[in-house]
Amino acid sequence: MQTSVTSFNPTFAFNTLPPDWPGNFWLHWLVFTIILIAFIIVSVIMFIWFERRLIGRFQIRLGPNRVGPFGLFQAIADVIKILTKEDIVPQKADKVVFWLAPLVALVPVLMVFAVVPLQSGAMLVDLNIGILYVVALSSIVSIGIFMAGWGSNNKYSIIGAMRDVAQLISYEIPLVLSIVGVVLLTGSLSLTEIVGAQNIPFILLQPIGFFVFFIGSLAEINRCPFDLVEAESEIIAGYNIEFSGSKFATFFLAEYSEAVLLSALTATLFLGGWSGPLLPPILWLLIKMFAVFAIIIWIRSTLPRFRIDQMMAFAWKFLLPLALINLLLTSLQIVFWPEASSWIIVLLSFAILVALILVWSKSFKPGGNKVGI
Amino acid sequence: MGFRRYGNGIAKGMALTFKHLFRKPITTQYPEERLNVSRRTRGTQIIWNRDTCIACSACARACPIGCIDMSTSRGEDKKLKVDNITIDFGLCIFCGLCVEACPVGNAIFLSYNWEYAEYQRSKLVLSNDELLYSNTKQVSGYYHPDVEKTLPEQTLLVNRTNRGKPWD
Repeated sequence: MQTSVTSFNPTFAFNTLPPDWPGNFWLHWLVFTIILIAFIIVSVIMFIWFERRLIGRFQIRLGPNRVGPFGLFQAIADVIKILTKEDIVPQKADKVVFWLAPLVALVPVLMVFAVVPLQSGAMLVDLNIGILYVVALSSIVSIGIFMAGWGSNNKYSIIGAMRDVAQLISYEIPLVLSIVGVVLLTGSLSLTEIVGAQNIPFILLQPIGFFVFFIGSLAEINRCPFDLVEAESEIIAGYNIEFSGSKFATFFLAEYSEAVLLSALTATLFLGGWSGPLLPPILWLLIKMFAVFAIIIWIRSTLPRFRIDQMMAFAWKFLLPLALINLLLTSLQIVFWPEASSWIIVLLSFAILVALILVWSKSFKPGGNKVGI
Repeated sequence: MGFRRYGNGIAKGMALTFKHLFRKPITTQYPEERLNVSRRTRGTQIIWNRDTCIACSACARACPIGCIDMSTSRGEDKKLKVDNITIDFGLCIFCGLCVEACPVGNAIFLSYNWEYAEYQRSKLVLSNDELLYSNTKQVSGYYHPDVEKTLPEQTLLVNRTNRGKPWD
């Protein structure tokens, strides 16, 4: 009676190659690493341009339109400017932490992209625990931000970093719980299978989950109304106040790649990922990403910033119960009523979402019941 | 109470910003599109008229920072004439006191132009013929109502954006 140890294969990733892929794993690895980094950088540049143009339109102006056609090369000009600036390290800074912080913030975001399917099978590794990997790695960014805040030896930096950690703790739980609903519906943690399972996008089956995930992802990427971490009017620039030159550029890249990542994840988990009629899959993914990002910009152009206590209250008293209820309802449906028609579920979910928001917003009283939201 | 605290404040705000998407931009695209400045603008140059100047140096004395440097001498007809006038526009604050001090009233003017930049400070110091009126240097209506009447009316942003309609 020996337990078989041979069944455990540490190189499981090697077995998940697309069947028609030529060459060995390392060729696949090299090609996809290059493709992914190019994809990330081009999307970041496009996202920066898109955000600045769209926020300009929301504010009844044109936005950058000087560099290149429609101002498309504005981001490139900015990068050149930032990279040629002096790289200042404060004298009293914790040098090692200060140098490492931008990398710790950037690298996990790049790593997460390994499991995001660009189209059917087009990904670096099709991990069967894909979404767990995403959740585990995307939290490491906060460590980079905290290192930046600590290493700078600046009071505004440390306040911003502390806020980021508080925000992470508050938002990670509802965010993950909302993903669990999707995982329950799919029966798999792999992102490819999650996309494959979406005959109708999960935003219809899981509206509460989408709501919670979307707000959680806003907090995750430190966007309005959760940009407490770099609240300009309170703590100047927060954690990146002492950073300049290429270190600041790295932080900027990390921040925007996280925005790209969360848009791609929202598209993958709730909007059907790369699947769609007529157009090529990668284009569908991009369209969905930009649509999600447009909503993020819309929110940014409208809503004022939360206070830190309002943010915590919102996360713990509003989002967490919603996420738990969503999880409970989804599991009940899967256990007791698995053969239900999808469209009945869609109607029921939306009815429950509206009812829950009405009930909860009534009992949720920010600012000592003086603020109406 | 009505619908307070059901998130309808957020909905109202989002609807407002969404409406802004379809409005015409109110910004002026500067180098291509320019607005007329005030007819009495104190532009960033000083224009000197050699013919009417009586070389009294009143402008140089009126200048609060002394950026006008004027040297005069008596000519053969015992009249004062200007040998050299130099104005340092790097120092000038465009207060217009020299224009008001001028006893003849039409020997020194502020310009209507306001785009004046150089790559070197030394190029901001102009003298004699460089100070004369030219095609690129127009006289402003500052302290000169007669000149003011000839200039185009100022563009007000409110007139451009509203186009006769009340602000929505």
